Amino acid sequence: MIPLSWYMALAAVLFSIGTYGFLVRRNIIVMFLSMELMLNAVNLNLVAMSHYLDSLVGHNFVFFIITVAAAEAAIGLGLVIVLFRNKKSIYVDSINELKG
Amino acid sequence: MVNQLLFLYCAVVIIGTGLVAVRSRNPVYSVLAVMVLFFHIAGLYLLLNAEFLAAVQIIVYAGAILVLYLFVLFLVSLRQEVKIERFIASHRVSALVSVCLGVCLLAIIPTFKLGAKGQYPVERIEQLTHTKAMGLELYSNFILPFEIAALILLIAVIGGLVLARNEKEVKE
Repeated sequence: MIPLSWYMALAAVLFSIGTYGFLVRRNIIVMFLSMELMLNAVNLNLVAMSHYLDSLVGHNFVFFIITVAAAEAAIGLGLVIVLFRNKKSIYVDSINELKG
Repeated sequence: MVNQLLFLYCAVVIIGTGLVAVRSRNPVYSVLAVMVLFFHIAGLYLLLNAEFLAAVQIIVYAGAILVLYLFVLFLVSLRQEVKIERFIASHRVSALVSVCLGVCLLAIIPTFKLGAKGQYPVERIEQLTHTKAMGLELYSNFILPFEIAALILLIAVIGGLVLARNEKEVKE
């Protein structure tokens, strides 16, 4: 039997890796990928907790989170394409028009 | 014992591919590493008796979302990508922040206490099969969120079409 804290520790580490990737990378596509890592860490936590609580609520939450992640990826990557078409760059530190 | 070894294997691969994904110079390698990571998360879902979610994880995440990422990456791919700097200027501060976040998250885990048990123990899920049990829960207690999820997907379809459309070609 695997203790619940193992799953939670793994999810915490995966979430920190995702945060790290989101904060340090310049490429906006890799930043979106890091966001997916964070979403997956949360999903793992929800499934593990709902398994140890004899419940299905967490499973359904994960279902909805996957739906929203798919929508977010479609919209976000659409924005990346528009950004690349207008600026010829997908590096976040080269986009500073709104910086006074 | 076998379960624990399987968990440790999946955990090691997940952390390793996660680090490769956020640090690799070539973004295509990042996407492929994330694909391996998603497969191992599906393995962990199988360990947790969530077969339907494991299948959805592979089909939707590894199958659809990552292919979308790869296509966009090839569309906007820049030749000089592998030569130029991949981190922002203040990346040391960011690394410190994320390490502190990880330590804080790990430190609060021992204080977690499980709440009241629900009404779906493993035997009942196995008897109903996981897909049917999830469907029963989804269509009875989560019917409004289900409709809202449908609306979100519709918005994503329309938004994706509007954003990726080329204005100049439409006028001609």
